[in-house]
Amino acid sequence: MKQIKIDPITRLEGHGKIDIFLNDDGEVENTYFQIPELRGFEQFCVGRPVEELPRITTRICGVCPEAHHMASVKACDAVFHVTPPPTAKKLRQLLYNVFFAGDHTTHFYALGGPDFIVGPTAPASERNILGVIKKVGLEVGGKVIEMRKRTQSVLKILGGKQTHQVTALPGGMSKGITLEEAKLIEEHCKWFVEFGKFTIQAFNDIVLKNQEYVDLILSDAFSHRTYYMGLVDENNKVNFYDGKVRVVDPDGKEFVKYSPSEYLENIAEEVEPWTYLKFPFLKKVGWKGLVDGKESGVYRATPLSRLNASDGMPTPLAQAEYEKMYSTLGGKPVHATLATHWARVIELLSAAEMALDLVRDPEITGTNFRTIPTETPTEGVGIVEAPRGTLTHHYTTDAKGMVTKVNLIVGTTNNYAPISMSINKAARGLIKKGKEVTEGTLNMIEMAFRAYDPCFGCATHSIPGRRPFILRIRDKEGNILEEINRC
Amino acid sequence: MAKPKLALYWAASCGGCEIAVLDIHEKILDVANAFDIVFWPVALDFKYEDVRAMEDKSIDLCLFNGSIRNSENLEIAHLLRAKSKVLVAFGSCALEGGIPGLANLTTKEAIWNYVYKESPSTVTKNGGTFPQTHTMMPEGAIEIPEMWETVKALDQVVDVEYYVPGCPPQPERIWAVMEHIISGKPLPPKGSILGATDKTCCDECPRERKEKKLKKFFRPYEIQPDPNECLLDQGIVCMGPATRSGCDALCTKANMPCRGCYGPPPNVVDQGAKMVSALSSVIDAQDPQEIESILDQIADPMGTFYRFSLAHSILRRVEKL
Amino acid sequence: MAFEPKIIGFLCNWCSYTGADLAGVSRIKSAPNVRVIRTMCSGRVDPAFVLKAFQLGADGVIVMGCHLGDCHYQEGNYKTIRRIPFLKRLVKDFGIDPRRLRLEWVSASEGDRFAAIVNEMTEEIRNLGPLKLYAHNDIQQPVAHH
Repeated sequence: MKQIKIDPITRLEGHGKIDIFLNDDGEVENTYFQIPELRGFEQFCVGRPVEELPRITTRICGVCPEAHHMASVKACDAVFHVTPPPTAKKLRQLLYNVFFAGDHTTHFYALGGPDFIVGPTAPASERNILGVIKKVGLEVGGKVIEMRKRTQSVLKILGGKQTHQVTALPGGMSKGITLEEAKLIEEHCKWFVEFGKFTIQAFNDIVLKNQEYVDLILSDAFSHRTYYMGLVDENNKVNFYDGKVRVVDPDGKEFVKYSPSEYLENIAEEVEPWTYLKFPFLKKVGWKGLVDGKESGVYRATPLSRLNASDGMPTPLAQAEYEKMYSTLGGKPVHATLATHWARVIELLSAAEMALDLVRDPEITGTNFRTIPTETPTEGVGIVEAPRGTLTHHYTTDAKGMVTKVNLIVGTTNNYAPISMSINKAARGLIKKGKEVTEGTLNMIEMAFRAYDPCFGCATHSIPGRRPFILRIRDKEGNILEEINRC
Repeated sequence: MAKPKLALYWAASCGGCEIAVLDIHEKILDVANAFDIVFWPVALDFKYEDVRAMEDKSIDLCLFNGSIRNSENLEIAHLLRAKSKVLVAFGSCALEGGIPGLANLTTKEAIWNYVYKESPSTVTKNGGTFPQTHTMMPEGAIEIPEMWETVKALDQVVDVEYYVPGCPPQPERIWAVMEHIISGKPLPPKGSILGATDKTCCDECPRERKEKKLKKFFRPYEIQPDPNECLLDQGIVCMGPATRSGCDALCTKANMPCRGCYGPPPNVVDQGAKMVSALSSVIDAQDPQEIESILDQIADPMGTFYRFSLAHSILRRVEKL
Repeated sequence: MAFEPKIIGFLCNWCSYTGADLAGVSRIKSAPNVRVIRTMCSGRVDPAFVLKAFQLGADGVIVMGCHLGDCHYQEGNYKTIRRIPFLKRLVKDFGIDPRRLRLEWVSASEGDRFAAIVNEMTEEIRNLGPLKLYAHNDIQQPVAHH
């Protein structure tokens, strides 16, 4: 059997590798997507004071530290049975929505976007941010940088540091904001809303007006019928920061809605010996392996999932786009993996709108942003939506608040099974007997992966315009049968 | 004339150092203009094969972040050392082990036992399934790297020319280093710390400091400190006295205590030992029993004083018993 | 061959070093296992010295100073009385038996006390056995940056 290796996976956060096995007919026998590392946060957080975890767990990911900071502090609030004052909650939500808008920007323009904006079969040299700029104009690159600059500056005010925030602690926030700071942030948020509208327009013009792309989005090679998960508020509207976890089945019907403390009744993780990452699945359905369908416990937690699992967006402009997306793609739920990019830009706009509302709330400059915990700490679960999926932090402590147990189910982890399936399906659909395995083929396989936004996007300018890649196909003895060199 | 070649790589890292580089915003254009970026897995599609094919010492500058946690991290550290003229340990993990270094407070066995067996959400079959480096699947063999027992910093496995501390290094400092390199000005002697200054974090902190006589310690969630007074004066353990300056004291300005991410101050080998020394100087007690009861109020000294620097401390790790 | 403990002793110049000297001059028998390093004050003993001693192969470390109230520099040993017990907690957390680190006050006239402590500690460490540390095997030693 021939073995194709892609190592390492690039243009994402974290490490990964793909092995593709071809049978003697040159068709895909199987694929394996392996995660080659484990750092051990769940174990080395044991023995730490629980209030330190919002500052330690941010180091799980330096691209979305905000997500861990918030999930962690919510777990800490639950551990201490303390309720932060309204100002603190609003500050946290403001921080969170600003972060969301910035993070989705980076992914859409620099990571996943180029595949869409420039096109999956476009020359390799154009499938990057430079190609994006050529397509939509030179302004765009500067606008993306400015968006990041603005969001990072707001995060520094609210979080203390741009990366690895420090201000959230059990019972509230360590600092509030002044009237001047609120006014400054408001100006930024207005800009974010305009940028969100601009991004939606760009998506309309480039993707939706191109029937070929719409066909691609709806194609079977990039589609899975799975369960969908996302946080919703009391009206079942999408909420990134708080609420209950709602799961709908592949037909779109509500399957379960659980509060954070009930997560263990709903989610379990399967271990495979050939990878360091575990596969979460819906306990009440059961693990049937890497397969689609109502009988399989595989679920997806992505921007698309959040929209599928909800009854709408909490803000007006985003809601209009939500309705447009579903009417264009034939109703709910949408199973097309590539539609995640669309859902992502809708969320970008929604986060910007939410941030603007929050910063205009008079309570945001309140001086009471801490409740000192008084109860004996025990155990708690905190859940937020990370940009790439539902994030769960579960802590148990002793009576002094020293951590005795930690369990984490992290955003992209939710999607490990679906990503593996997407790679498999795309590879099978694209690598056929007699058909040459080209770099376009490889990129299409990568697209299946990239739609899930594994945590990172960047390099707004430093992509050299080509994707150097050497692919060697070896036989069982290790002799090279074929080499594709795109350096 | 060909542009100098730049590589950026992440070992056991979180990606925060990559984000910090991007946070120089439009100045990234100057970097892209000045350098030919030949390897940057987070952003570009160069693979390990491409690096292996490069000539030795053909990469002019390599910024290596992340600690050495497994065999892949080690292999690439050696590979990039061979291919690079100047190798920089970039960020706290590469410099001193960083947060992943906290794994040296426990053991690989304990980590695996929890993650793959004991964790409440994990399905355990046959007494526990654990990762293996080589697995024979029906189609063929697939591999994953081996996880080492002990986390190491970069200079504990290869020779390193420079160090840039911070978790992450602050963007303004990163730009100052890049600007210096781009300008062609001579670099300080090998082994120097770049992107930081030579005092302690206290030097950059605007809070008012008085003579310290501490009889009581508080955990950060227990009190709301005065925003203008030194946090340590108020009884909150703050790593400022045992941490190198360069970060602009962002955490204390946000009313949270320093946790030491810029590493030990100049001429200090062991950040934890230095903090023990510093705190002992200011605890106001002479009676052994009173001293013990005050020390009892300092939560988790190991995980606090060595939060970022355990792998690079004198003893490096907790002994396996 | 029987295990001979290697013990590093940090002795303050004014009291304990003189006390050790007195033990010698008085021909009081004491175990030869303590290698003495003289510091001006017990307060000079940086916790890093202790950890370094363990890393370099010491099976035990003892810090000796003047009795409280007698410090030649007034307050030096008050810092020691907090520093060494604090360090002992970390030494224990590192997995080193805390009996391997000791703090004692020995005055200039207490030659016999010095000898008794040395003998007692040597026996205790002999019973605990040689100290084996991960840091012993490691090639690269940490270097301070300037």
